[in-house]
Amino acid sequence: MLTEVLIAPFTEFEFMRRALAAVIALSLGGAPIGVFLMLRRMSLVGDAMAHAILPGAAIGFLLSGLNLFAMTTGGLIAGFAVAILAGVVSRTTGLKEDASLATFYLASLALGVTIVSIKGTNIDLLHVLFGNILAMDDQTLLVVAFNATITLLVLAVIYRPLVIESVDPLFLRTVSRAGAPAHLAFLALVVINLVNGFQALGTLLAVGLMILPAGIARFWSRDITGMICIAVIAAVISGYAGLVLSFQTKVPSGPAIILVATVLYAGSVLFGSIGGLIRQMFPAPHLEA
Amino acid sequence: MAAQIQFRDVTLGYDRHPAVHHLNGEVPSGALLAIVGPNGAGKSTLFRGLVGILKPLAGSIATDGLDVRDIAYLPQTADIDRSFPISVFDLVGTGLWRATGFFGGIGKASREKIGQALAAVGLTGFENRAIGTLSGGQLQRMLFARVLLQDARLIVLDEPFNAIDAKTSADLLALIKRWHAEGRTVLAALHDMDLVRGNFPQTLLLAREPVAWAATSEVLTAENLLAARRMCEAFDDSAAPCVADDLPSQAA
Repeated sequence: MLTEVLIAPFTEFEFMRRALAAVIALSLGGAPIGVFLMLRRMSLVGDAMAHAILPGAAIGFLLSGLNLFAMTTGGLIAGFAVAILAGVVSRTTGLKEDASLATFYLASLALGVTIVSIKGTNIDLLHVLFGNILAMDDQTLLVVAFNATITLLVLAVIYRPLVIESVDPLFLRTVSRAGAPAHLAFLALVVINLVNGFQALGTLLAVGLMILPAGIARFWSRDITGMICIAVIAAVISGYAGLVLSFQTKVPSGPAIILVATVLYAGSVLFGSIGGLIRQMFPAPHLEA
Repeated sequence: MAAQIQFRDVTLGYDRHPAVHHLNGEVPSGALLAIVGPNGAGKSTLFRGLVGILKPLAGSIATDGLDVRDIAYLPQTADIDRSFPISVFDLVGTGLWRATGFFGGIGKASREKIGQALAAVGLTGFENRAIGTLSGGQLQRMLFARVLLQDARLIVLDEPFNAIDAKTSADLLALIKRWHAEGRTVLAALHDMDLVRGNFPQTLLLAREPVAWAATSEVLTAENLLAARRMCEAFDDSAAPCVADDLPSQAA
């Protein structure tokens, strides 16, 4: 009975196996990025970027359908255009970076929705906004896996400067010039992983598989390595359980995955070993020294 | 002794307003120099220019053959995100950047070095503590440990003893003396005149413009300190462009 619910969907249906492979790849790439977004207080920047890349992805989508390669390329171009424009405006005028980013991502989102709704059908728009992980073909799966691999490789290269830049940016500036390139590479990884999540979760929820696991991890680990491991595990569990939920109940797959992650998050807020509410209510006795 | 740092008519500042105005002078290699002056005198600005964070508005600072990695800089308020989950051991270990760079491993020898640096600042046993749990004095000790590991030829300390108790100050001062004995060049911005008189052979009294720069006992005289205090702190938004370049004889 339990096997039937939890395992049979994946042994019986190929599209479920592909979907599972895709969420595992997304988790491996996206969750570590989410941890850094959270630690650098950029959680909402991830959200803003997800909206900013919409017109690029939409143009790619209209030119070649749900082709992840075209959408990734378009999304990267749009994402960098917005990030660079926002950076230029905030550096040359007095406007703060978050304010100029907000302007550009809203303009970009409006443009993206316009492009999709003029040129495509409502079905297309829904597809781009919410994704459909159950319609994953071989080529798309390969692109998702490729992007996740690239993410992990680049993250390994920039890991040390990225950590130092997060904790003590001035120190990094005085010993090395790696800070700015590492930050830019990190932004590129954010965009890559957002676009990667498009097919599975859609533009609006793509950031969810990055940020929610990071939030969960914060309640269970004090050090960054532990956080990254827990975030990846939480993302994989959310993806798997979300797919099962979606298969058994007809809840759309993307929202199902994020809802499962939300439940895990709520559980972590309550029961987390580090700063969880229950732990705060019943604190262990203080120590001698 | 060869000059380690040469200030050549340096003007440093923000938005064209000078915070350090027409500074000339040399710091010999191995010097132990105190920089003294009231708040707003340009001490931090001078350091920021020296370590390359701030570009001079005019003039130049020559650091004879020093790479950025040969300079260890401890800013006045360290821009550290104390909520970041990193241990004292790992943060002090970043001082080994010069040796490790992006990928270099932290081997057994490096671990011992980090342990020794922590012992030198009296933080043995704090290795696994998160940096957010340290007190202000402990944080400063930790940052000194990192400077220790940077093994730099030029060490720049911006008000290192602010809000630090006497015991910690004494411990950290001993480290500064050790660096001096090892032949490193040390510059420190300080407010405690007794501490400067007792420990620093050379002093630069700065009040935007250099008031005096010589042996400490000659610099820290009553009239010099009074002159420094009288300097104006506020920027004048309608100030005319400086013409001192055309009138070198009257610059002072």
